[in-house]
Amino acid sequence: MRKLITGVAIVMAATFPAIGMAQADPVKVGMITTLSGGGAGLGIDVRDGFMLAVKQSGNKDVEVVIEDDQRKPDVAVQLADKMIQSDKVDVLTGIIWSNLAMAVVPAVVQQGKFYLSPNAGPSALAGKGCNKNYFNVAWQNDNLHEAAGAYATNKGYKNSFILAPNYPAGKDALTGYKRYYKGDLAGEVYTKLGQTDYAAEIAQIRASGADSVFFFLPGGMGIAFMKQYSQSGVDIPVIGPAFSFDQGILGAIGEAALGVINTSQWSKDIDNPTNKAFVESFQAEYGRLPSLYASQGFDTANLLLSAMEKASVKDADAFRAALEEADYKSTRGDFKFNTNHHPIQDIYVREVVKDGDVITNKIIGVALKDHGDAYAAECSM
Amino acid sequence: MTGALIAEQVLNGLQLGVMLFLMASGLTLVFGVMGLINLAHGSLYMVGAFACAAVAKATGSFWLGLAASLIGAAAAGALVEIAVIRRLYDRDHLDQVLATFALILVFSEATRWYFGSQPLYLSVPPLLAGPVMLPGGIEYPLYRLALIVAGLVVAAGLFVLIAKTRLGIRIRAGESDREMIAALGVDIAGLYTIVFALGAALAGLAGALVGTIQSVQVGMGEPVLILAFVVIVIGGIGSIKGALVGALLVGLTDTLGRFLLPIAFSSFMDASSATSVGSALASMAIYVLMAGVLVFRPSGLFGQAT
Repeated sequence: MRKLITGVAIVMAATFPAIGMAQADPVKVGMITTLSGGGAGLGIDVRDGFMLAVKQSGNKDVEVVIEDDQRKPDVAVQLADKMIQSDKVDVLTGIIWSNLAMAVVPAVVQQGKFYLSPNAGPSALAGKGCNKNYFNVAWQNDNLHEAAGAYATNKGYKNSFILAPNYPAGKDALTGYKRYYKGDLAGEVYTKLGQTDYAAEIAQIRASGADSVFFFLPGGMGIAFMKQYSQSGVDIPVIGPAFSFDQGILGAIGEAALGVINTSQWSKDIDNPTNKAFVESFQAEYGRLPSLYASQGFDTANLLLSAMEKASVKDADAFRAALEEADYKSTRGDFKFNTNHHPIQDIYVREVVKDGDVITNKIIGVALKDHGDAYAAECSM
Repeated sequence: MTGALIAEQVLNGLQLGVMLFLMASGLTLVFGVMGLINLAHGSLYMVGAFACAAVAKATGSFWLGLAASLIGAAAAGALVEIAVIRRLYDRDHLDQVLATFALILVFSEATRWYFGSQPLYLSVPPLLAGPVMLPGGIEYPLYRLALIVAGLVVAAGLFVLIAKTRLGIRIRAGESDREMIAALGVDIAGLYTIVFALGAALAGLAGALVGTIQSVQVGMGEPVLILAFVVIVIGGIGSIKGALVGALLVGLTDTLGRFLLPIAFSSFMDASSATSVGSALASMAIYVLMAGVLVFRPSGLFGQAT
């Protein structure tokens, strides 16, 4: 009899998901992300993390339209127009690259739509260009680099050689590092975006007399740099943001990455129940370890779901207030929004270690606690 | 700035140059002999790298992987020539560009479908790992030295092949008059397949050799393809000698530009803006070189005026 009642209850719950919820207006989400070409790994992870959270919630009121921006700003802009005009989405999300975000986000939020960024956090959107309908669930671009700078300062490094690609996020990276790093610079180099041969830069590092190297080279650029660096015989310690030491990338670099220090707002060994469940279920669902991008997609979806429970998306002010509360269980543990709708969160220091046969990251400390960003003061909403 | 650092940068430039030559020689050969613009040449570079990474992972031997990159890329090249490229020789260049661009998309998505979007692991073989000490106190990665040697050996082999062998005679004959050698009874279709497969094998070899120190991932071929086109435009389209000289020029200009331009600007600007201006100019340097060459030699350094 008890079984029967439970069964009926489950059927009831499945048939009438609205029961017990204050609001049940459906939300249509437009996800524009990179699913083909060189940077596809990041977009695929964000999408998979996001969809995992939607699936786990069992919430049938979320409809997600997913499109591939091919990492091209013009394509992303067209997709955003199409999603707003013909798909009639309420919320947009998904963009990985800062230059694409700059092309899409301002127009989207001006049309009264919400944009939840699962990755890109350009400084222009955090400071003067902030908007009440724009939320960043990942980080402001400078954050992980600031943490790297803080780590270098704590560690007592006095002479860093720093390099990044010559584009806005690369400049944000070096600015972020320098904001918290108090020593001198042995060299500062901007490389070409997409460059894969770093022999010239490594030769300069060797000759510079630096005591530490900080680099921001996302994707294939970082793989190439680390492999060439380890072959060069230069043994100056390397620090970088987590983007170059993600699980997928570590597999491609191999042992050359061992011992490298990197900074991240997320790691698979952050000790909280949400994160443990996330790592396990992601592996079960997709057969691979999640990356920080996957965790960001997952958190973005959970933030959205938490706001849906509190307010209808049709009531923009109430929905915005619900998002601002960030009343969801983040894989990162503590998470709240700053006045400019960017995260205040801990940024960890990780070391690349060999765990059995797998090369992976281990948290060795916290670089910056409850860290916001440098642009919040410039933002007035 | 020391002499050792400059010498090291020159070696780096040479190494980039010889790898570009492996790419550009196939491209220029195919254009010279068949009159075909092959945008999918970068995809064959990617095929070589993936074949090497997959076989090296399965067998544990980098050398078997290297052999697989040659065979895999040559086979892919021959297959593509027979299935697609053959139908393009008589069409105009725009059709060729369109069709070979489609091939890029097919190769990229097929590779992603089979290998996934994550980059593959491929590392330097233990025999060539680590740095060596060169005379003059230059510590230099042994693998990069091996790349320079391998590239020069292949270049020498290619010159011998073109200049001394029967196949080479046919290739040169095909370049100057394809109707005539067909009339003389040479199997022109077979010759084209061989030339295309040879170019593909060289691209595949370059992909494997360079993929070892870079990143084996989908889309790795396209940036190199652009450089290879710059090389053959500078060297003169269709000329192997031009490809070699052009590749070395591009390699040295790019490497030394990246190294010297920021230093040059820092003599009269503050360090931060000097690096930013210098690196912006350095990424343009090879295109400036190309424009300069074209002003004085519109058909490239060794190209025949048309």
